[in-house]
Formats: sequence, structure tokens, C-alpha cells
Amino acid sequence: MPNTKTVVPFSAAPGQLEKLDAVIAGYKGKPGATMPVLQEAQEIFGYLPEEVQIKIAEGLGLSLSEVYGVVSFYTQFSVNPKGRKQVSVCMGTACYVKGAGEILERVEKKIGCKAGSVTEDGQFSIDATRCIGACGLAPVMIVDGDVYGRLSPDQVDGILEKYMKG
Amino acid sequence: MKSIEDLKKIREATLEAVCPREGNAVRVVVGMATCGIAAGARPVLAACEDEVGKRGLSNVTVTQTGCIGVCRLEPIVEVYVPGEEKVTYVKMTEEKARRVVGEHIAGRRIVTELTIGAAE
Amino acid sequence: MEPVKPHTHDETVTSLNNTDFYKHQLRVALRNCGVINPESIDEYIAFDGYSALARALTEQTPAEIVEIVLKSGLRGRGGAGFPTGRKWQFAADAQNDVKYVACNADEGDPGAFMDRSVLEGDPHSVIEAMVIAGYAVGAHQGYIYVRAEYPIAVERLNIAIRQAKEYGFLGDNIFGTGFAFDLEIRLGAGAFVCGEETALITSIEGNRGEPRPRPPFPAVKGLFGKPTLLNNVETYANIPWILQNGWEKFAAIGTEKSKGTKIFALGGKIRNTGLVEVPIGTTLRTVVEEVGGGCPGGKKFKAAQTGGPSGGCIPAAHIDIPIDYESLSSIGSMMGSGGLIIMDEDNCMVDIARYFLDFTVDESCGKCTPCRIGTKRLCQLLDKITGGSGTMEDVELLEELCAHISNNSLCALGQTAPNPVLSTLRYFRDEYEAHVIDKKCPAGVCKGLLQYGINDKCTGCTACVRVCPTGAISGKVKEKHVIDPAKCIKCNACMEKCRFNAIVKG
Repeated sequence: MPNTKTVVPFSAAPGQLEKLDAVIAGYKGKPGATMPVLQEAQEIFGYLPEEVQIKIAEGLGLSLSEVYGVVSFYTQFSVNPKGRKQVSVCMGTACYVKGAGEILERVEKKIGCKAGSVTEDGQFSIDATRCIGACGLAPVMIVDGDVYGRLSPDQVDGILEKYMKG
Repeated sequence: MKSIEDLKKIREATLEAVCPREGNAVRVVVGMATCGIAAGARPVLAACEDEVGKRGLSNVTVTQTGCIGVCRLEPIVEVYVPGEEKVTYVKMTEEKARRVVGEHIAGRRIVTELTIGAAE
Repeated sequence: MEPVKPHTHDETVTSLNNTDFYKHQLRVALRNCGVINPESIDEYIAFDGYSALARALTEQTPAEIVEIVLKSGLRGRGGAGFPTGRKWQFAADAQNDVKYVACNADEGDPGAFMDRSVLEGDPHSVIEAMVIAGYAVGAHQGYIYVRAEYPIAVERLNIAIRQAKEYGFLGDNIFGTGFAFDLEIRLGAGAFVCGEETALITSIEGNRGEPRPRPPFPAVKGLFGKPTLLNNVETYANIPWILQNGWEKFAAIGTEKSKGTKIFALGGKIRNTGLVEVPIGTTLRTVVEEVGGGCPGGKKFKAAQTGGPSGGCIPAAHIDIPIDYESLSSIGSMMGSGGLIIMDEDNCMVDIARYFLDFTVDESCGKCTPCRIGTKRLCQLLDKITGGSGTMEDVELLEELCAHISNNSLCALGQTAPNPVLSTLRYFRDEYEAHVIDKKCPAGVCKGLLQYGINDKCTGCTACVRVCPTGAISGKVKEKHVIDPAKCIKCNACMEKCRFNAIVKG
């Protein structure tokens, strides 16, 4: 899944950097702190821009390459901001054999960007996710936190339109 | 918690509430694993609690539980009455949940058409 | 409120306990799932929870506990089936002042949700087992490595750990015996390879989750270089039951070499999708036809897929096979962690193999060459075949490459990555040949080989002409239309638009 850096200028909202400092201080010296700190940092900022990775590396006494190595290894970490509304289509096996591929195609067509990327206006991002474990409802898609199960491709447009208005 | 005795005390105190063997106590469980919640179990649980409260039913516990197993028929509500086979209600909605509380729990009549056998 | 005996007038089954879905099941690891409130430690205690721990700490020696686990015949439920007791023995025998106990809850196999269900439905059973394991092997710190994709499981596990600390089942001086044990959750971050034990350990240490060569095995040199006992969620969930009911009772379930039960996540083209726990040795037929209720819509059962990206397909001809570790490997599949995906006649087996390889390519960590490059090449060959330009030489090349990848990869991810290809080649070679020689996808799945056409039901309404994005459809009003295959991009728009079922693909 593409996780290459795009040029999105980073600016921290008030209080965010202070929160990050507190997280780093809390984990400093603990064994295996890198992942929990990155996870909490992503909670704070929504993604992990280079500036944040530098701060974490300095705070934990690591090199930036070590931190970036971890960030780029795990799919959950994103170096790009996500859309304000996130659409995830589950691509687990149970969903796949029930036609998740077609669902994803329809979502990409309707929203106008590919899985793993964000629309230009920052409104939507699409992810083809790993199994979310709701296999009984296959195929499944999640839009802005709402779960839609037992989907057929022709339902996709209607569902997405509701979120495009709001 | 210092001894096996302490453990036994909690066990006995809770057991009667969890699986009552006699009396009027009724236990209602709602399957609230990921599948259940994704299928809409949260409002069903809320509706059960609300309806039990509205009707002022005493001796009825409404609680969440993990995966009951039949994902296809979620949300699932099960009703345990002492001395009887549990009853499994499937594909529940808020309205159906209120009906079950009214007819089965308050009125003691199984709502057969909402049970697992009727869904087949 | 007066108790009135309820009575029904017909024979409708009203209880899950009396359905075919449930009758063949035996719930050991799932004993409390769907019964107790997972957020109440008191309810867990009411169902004998923590009494195995109490007895272990106050009445049994660590060696006795290891002995019980050995004798029970329990084998690792993560997929490989290594005897759990021997793992415990190795960790107990390791000489070191610091040891760790870890739980693998990084359930990455797509289409499997056994561990999620245990953690969401009965988190205390895993905690209790880990404390017992700590006592048995001499560890005082445990880690549970959970997928971040399971927020509800994580939340309930956090609640359960907090409650266990309040009640003194975690912490110092447990049951007044002086034994201390603490537990921490570590979240995964979406890397399938972290389900491999050495990669999981590297990930808990805070690094890229890349596997290490074994030996040394984790029981000798694991987390932070210390001896580490690592078991899967379902394996742990069996432990309190075994100690509570005795190893004899556990060993009485299952087959000669595989004891106990196994949980399966039944999904795909099956009527009763869901979570089932059956005695090991139950036949696939019982699980598919009776528990699962067969394929929906009267479709024909074609194959069952076990073991996810590491496993293989079991064709309909082998439906009477008993599900146990040895039987499944003897036909080129594996027990796996418990994903059981059913496929019917509408699924293309070449496409399924391509799907799993696509997954493996994404998830290969890149450390060793056979897996990093080999899986990529396998996937390209499969793309070529499903795209319609494959040759019989490509099929031979597939087989050769599979052998290289299995023999030379560093960890289980790479070693087992070719299995979906090998097993589909073994049982569905005719489908590969149809793609290569006849240039047809018999199941009508592979787009590169699909041909859209129009049959005599066409009324000439022109709806399809208007919706076609490439102008591939032509014809006069009220006369039968035709599709130009050279222009058709197989987008399916015409098929969705047509109200007369006149568009056909094949």
C-alpha cells in the first residue's frame, strides 16, 4: 500500500506538541518504547509528519532512520494526513470471496481517488484494509466510523452520497 | 483477594445473579462482539435496558456478552429463565427488543416468530 | 411478577442449543463466550474463573503444572501445532533470572476472528492462563501483543487487566503466596509478519517486525534476549479449563495425536457464517454441511480454504477428511489458526491463489530474498495467467519457484507462502489450464478473460448503449444489440443497467 510522502505542509495545533512531549517523557527509558510512542503521536496529530518523527527520535535518543524504519514498516503508520472522512473497504478473505474487489472499485470511482490516498480537497481518504474481523457481515465497508455490511456494489453510491452532502 | 475462600464467596454471590436456578430472576444477554456491534447491537441493548426500566420489571438483568457465534443472525438476544431452555432471538432491532421484553419477560410468552428457528 | 410456565403451540426451535449449527459443537476455549459479561470479573469468577490459578499457586508446584499441560496433549492453536507442554518445559528449564511470558494476539490471517472473539468475550481466561504460565516457567512479566485493528478486544482486555489488578490476581504476592506477575498490552501496527514468533518479539522490542533465524528459539533467547514463553490466545484459553477439569478429560476429546477442540471462523459462501468450536477430528463434511448449513442459493461446494495465506484448499473430493493437524497437512493444506473460508462454483481458484499471493507480497517484510523477490514473481506469473496471457511454461515456472521459496525462506511466512498456489495447482489444475489454453475463466471471475455478449432477450431499448463509457455497444432501436470486444473494458455497467437479463458474461 502506498505510503510515500506527499508535500503537505505541517503545522501543529496549539497544545499538540506539549502533548507529544508528555508522551515521550512518560516512555523515556522504558524498553520497547518506539511503537507505543508512535501510536500515541499518531493519535495526537492524525499522522506522522517528518517533524514529529524528528522530535520522537531526539526525545527517545534514537536516530531518525531508526524511527522512520519503524514508521515505514507498519501499515498502520501514515506519513500523510487522512481525509476528514475515512472510507475503509475490508479486503479480508471472507469479504474478498463475496466481492469486496467490486465494492472497492465502486468506492474509488465514486469518490475519485485510489485506495491509500486522499482526495484533493482533503474530504475523503480510502483504505483497502486488512480483515477487520466482521466476516459474518461480508462484504463490509466502514464510512466515517459507520459499518455497512452485506453490501452489493449498487448500494455503494447511495451510501457515499449521504456523506458527501454532510 | 487472599485465599480460595475469598474466591468462593464472590463465586457464590455472583452465581445466583448470572445463572439463577430458581425463582423469578430473568437474565437477558445481548451479543456485543465486533460482529454484533457492527450489525447494530448497541441500540438493541439500550432498548432492552430502557424497556425493562420503563415497565419497572424487577429481578431482570440485562447485560452484554461476547460472541454468541451465529454472525449471520446478529444482533442476537438470549433470554435465560430458571429451569427452562434459553431462548435465542435473532436479527433484533430496537422495536423487536421492546416486544421481547414486553411479551416474553413481562408476559412470559415466547415470541416464537422472532426466535432462531423461525429465521431459518 | 408471577412466574407463568411459557408454552408454545408449534415445533419451532427457539433455542440456539437445539439448532444443527450448535449440536456438533463442544465449547472448551469458548466456554464463557456469549455467556458471561466480559467486562465483569465477578461473572468470570462465578463460572470457576481464577480457581485454577488459586489451586496452582497454593497446591501445585511449577513442575506439576508443566506435567499436566504436557499430558493434556494440547498443541499450539496458532497454526503450527507444536506441543504446548514441551514449549512450557523448555521455558521452565531455561536458566535465567529474568524470563517473560507472551501472548500472540496478532491475528493477521484474513478471514479469521477466533482470537478476537476470545478476547472480546472472555478476556480473563487469557489473563488467568498467562499468570499460571508465569508461575510454571518462572516469569514475572507478561506481554499481550494485540492487533490495533481490534479496538473492542483491546478495550475489554484493558478493563480485565485493571480488574485483575484490583482483585490481586496480577501484581505482587498473588493469593498471599509471594508470587508476583504483571501484564502489559502492546499494540501491533498492521504487519502480518508479526504473527511469526520471532518477528512478534522484535516488534515488542520496538523495532521493525522482522523475523530472526531460529535457533535460538524464544524459549531460550526471546524477548530482550531472555527466555520467553510465547503462546497463542486460543491455546491460553484452554489452560484454565485443563487445570480445572483435569488433563484426562481434555485428552479424551479429539484424535490420538490432536487433543481437544479447535475454533474455526466459518466464512465465505456458507449459510451459517460464524464462530464454531468442534472436537478435533470432526470431518469437514460435518462442519460444512451440518454446522455451516451448506452453500447458500443451492450452489455447489467447491473447496474449503484453511490456514489463510499459509494454507491450502481442500477440494470437495476430500470433504470427508477429519480436521486435525496431520490429516490436513497430508493433503497439502494445514490446520492454521482457524480461518475456514468456503468457496462455491462461482469462485475462481486461480484468482484465489492470486489474492493470497498479492497479500503475501504486501506483507513480506523484505528481510530475505526468496520471500521478498520470489513472492513478487509468483504474483506476476499469476497476474499473467489470470490476465489471459499465460503459457504452460509459466505454470511449470510457478511450480519451480514455489519449491525455491518454500525451501529457502527465513521464516514461516515465506516458507508457506507458495501453499495457496501449490494446493490449487494440485486440485484445480484444470482451471489453470482453462485460463492458459482455452483463455477462459470457468467461474467467470477473471476480468482479463471475460467476454461480454448480448443474447436474444435484448429488446433494443438502447439503455446499455447510453451507459457504455467506451461506445462498445451498437445496434438499432428495437433490434438486438452487439458488443465490440475490442472496445469493451469489462466495466459491467451494461449488465447492471439492463432490465432484461440480456447481457451475459463468460
